[in-house]
Amino acid sequence: MSKLPYEVQTEPVTPLSVLSPEGEIVNEAMMPNLSDEQLKEIMYRMVFTRTWDERAVNLGRQGRLGFYAPVSGQEASMVGSEYALNKDDFVCPGYRDMPQIVWHGLPLYQAFLYSRGHQHGGQIPADVHVLMPQIIIGAQILHATGVAMAFKKKGEKRVAITYTGDGGSSEGDFYEGMNFAGVFKLPVIYVVQNNGYAITTPYSKQTGALSVAHKAVAAGIRGIQIDGMDVLAVIKAVQEAAERGRNGEGATLIEMLTYRFRPHSMADDTSKYRTKDEEAEWVLKDPITRFAKFLEKKGLWTEEDTARVKEEAKATVNEHIKKAEQTEKMTVNGLIDSMFEHTPAHLEAQKADFQ
Amino acid sequence: MAQMNMKEAIRDAMRVELKNDPNVYVFGEDVGKVGGVFRATEGLQGEFGEDRVFDTPLAESAIAGMAVGMGLQGFRPVAEIQFVGFIYEAMDQMFIQAARMRYRSGGRYNSPIVFRTPFGGGVKAAELHTDSLEGLAIQTPGIKVIVPSNPYDAKGLLVAAIRDNDPVFFMEHLNLYHAFRQDVPEEAYTIEIGKANVVREGSDVTIIAYGLMVHTAVKAAEELEKSGVKAEVIDLRTLLPLDIETIVTSIKKTNRAIVVQEAQKTSGAAAEIIAQINENAILHLEAPVLRVAGPDTVYPFAQVEDAWLPNPARIVKAVNQVMNF
Repeated sequence: MSKLPYEVQTEPVTPLSVLSPEGEIVNEAMMPNLSDEQLKEIMYRMVFTRTWDERAVNLGRQGRLGFYAPVSGQEASMVGSEYALNKDDFVCPGYRDMPQIVWHGLPLYQAFLYSRGHQHGGQIPADVHVLMPQIIIGAQILHATGVAMAFKKKGEKRVAITYTGDGGSSEGDFYEGMNFAGVFKLPVIYVVQNNGYAITTPYSKQTGALSVAHKAVAAGIRGIQIDGMDVLAVIKAVQEAAERGRNGEGATLIEMLTYRFRPHSMADDTSKYRTKDEEAEWVLKDPITRFAKFLEKKGLWTEEDTARVKEEAKATVNEHIKKAEQTEKMTVNGLIDSMFEHTPAHLEAQKADFQ
Repeated sequence: MAQMNMKEAIRDAMRVELKNDPNVYVFGEDVGKVGGVFRATEGLQGEFGEDRVFDTPLAESAIAGMAVGMGLQGFRPVAEIQFVGFIYEAMDQMFIQAARMRYRSGGRYNSPIVFRTPFGGGVKAAELHTDSLEGLAIQTPGIKVIVPSNPYDAKGLLVAAIRDNDPVFFMEHLNLYHAFRQDVPEEAYTIEIGKANVVREGSDVTIIAYGLMVHTAVKAAEELEKSGVKAEVIDLRTLLPLDIETIVTSIKKTNRAIVVQEAQKTSGAAAEIIAQINENAILHLEAPVLRVAGPDTVYPFAQVEDAWLPNPARIVKAVNQVMNF
């Protein structure tokens, strides 16, 4: 079918890759500027996150954690994007994005408390610039937009970043937030971690758009697509988007193509909608294996290092789950007092039932 | 003192707070350059600049959600939703995100936001401009709900709402914007949120109302006076939290009460007020507490609005029922 001269033209986009699945640099020009120490730290965090994920799934099965959305496979998109930020940038996560806010400063035991349904999980330390994970898909996109508006009005060189999945890109709030950012030229980064599925629904059932990144066109902001299993591409893309934001050049939508090796949640069965072949194909793109190959060639990482980080991560998880379990139990009266700055009379009276 | 109608008093509240607090920002659809579809923000952009008072794209959810995000950074947004029927678009951000922020974060964050919206019948407006949706708001834990009935209260309550560190849903009755003028102090002052006002004293029956219905109730009370029934009229001013103390004090004196609401009958504010009267004053009642409300239909077509809305005659009839119970 031929295109009409007055029809909006779009072309398919080629995702940015820096590191091949074999661990070779394939795009030298887009290589982020990172020291050997930084490269090792990124690897450390990805291995740590994978181990934490494995332990969290087990702790969930043992009933020691509650709500938990697995992250294995998305370490590059999560760890890398957070690593590219400054500490005073603000993170508005979705429900799967616990690694970003933990690496941004939320103590791990509080992440576990959030999972267990304890209010202290959301009591973010004063010097940590994150919100607790958002359950209403899309709502966090508007919060990041408002935070970015505040940064812009205060003249601060800070950016807000927010995350959703491929399914979330069908929400009205996703579009509204990007559109506001386009109008007000806000310093905000919208990350879509496209792992191919929204629970059981494949990406092809979310949109007929050529890519999620194309949706930036409708908001008048920059849209890019990257290999979300490639931590170097992730870091480069987020660094650039953050710089644009800080320089007053506005918002960026970054679609990160990724995969979750585990189910959507603990209650999900992937065998009903995914094939073994598909899973095997993505395992070849594993962000950790790929980055390890790169570092090993540079003499910066060995298998022993991986083993050591895994042990460290297990010990840290154990320590923090214990701390979470030992946290003082909540009371209904405590909840009542946390509703408002000053508890109104009717709520004060309702405490009598729970003395 | 200056003579102001309610719209001017509301504008003056925003003006004094924009002046007093650099963190106050006013925004919404058409609130900037032209000063709002009802001119409630007229002149504010001229006085305080486009940075503080600005127009937004046409998207209620983003207006409310942006307010939540700005609130996280210490700003005090006053966000306008152009007409009440459009709050459905913004309900997640108003009633879930803003209302739960303090609780979800254990006090780390809060939402010091005022969501202003016009509502209220009797002006022959188009669909979904005038519905009384306070019932949706009052079952939302974490938000406060204010419905002023006169210029003096509107300014004092809006200043208090802007200064409140928790979210407030501020409902402005369309039929009261230009209804009458009153002496209003030019400086900032506050009226305590959660305090009702006895606007007419009486000893035989208590009529509880809010918004336009306060004035309808006073008209009914004047009618009743002619037949020797002395009605006390309470203007609730705040629906959440409810001033049950003022209501109970009045009922202890009158032993009879009715509640008047413009909204349809089922599960509205009146139902909650009656439940609280039952819990707190049952032994002082000589008759059941009746409701005067709209019927349980969708808000009426403009042509039948006057017949649909509660009027003094229906209030008089309800009072006579409780008097003769």
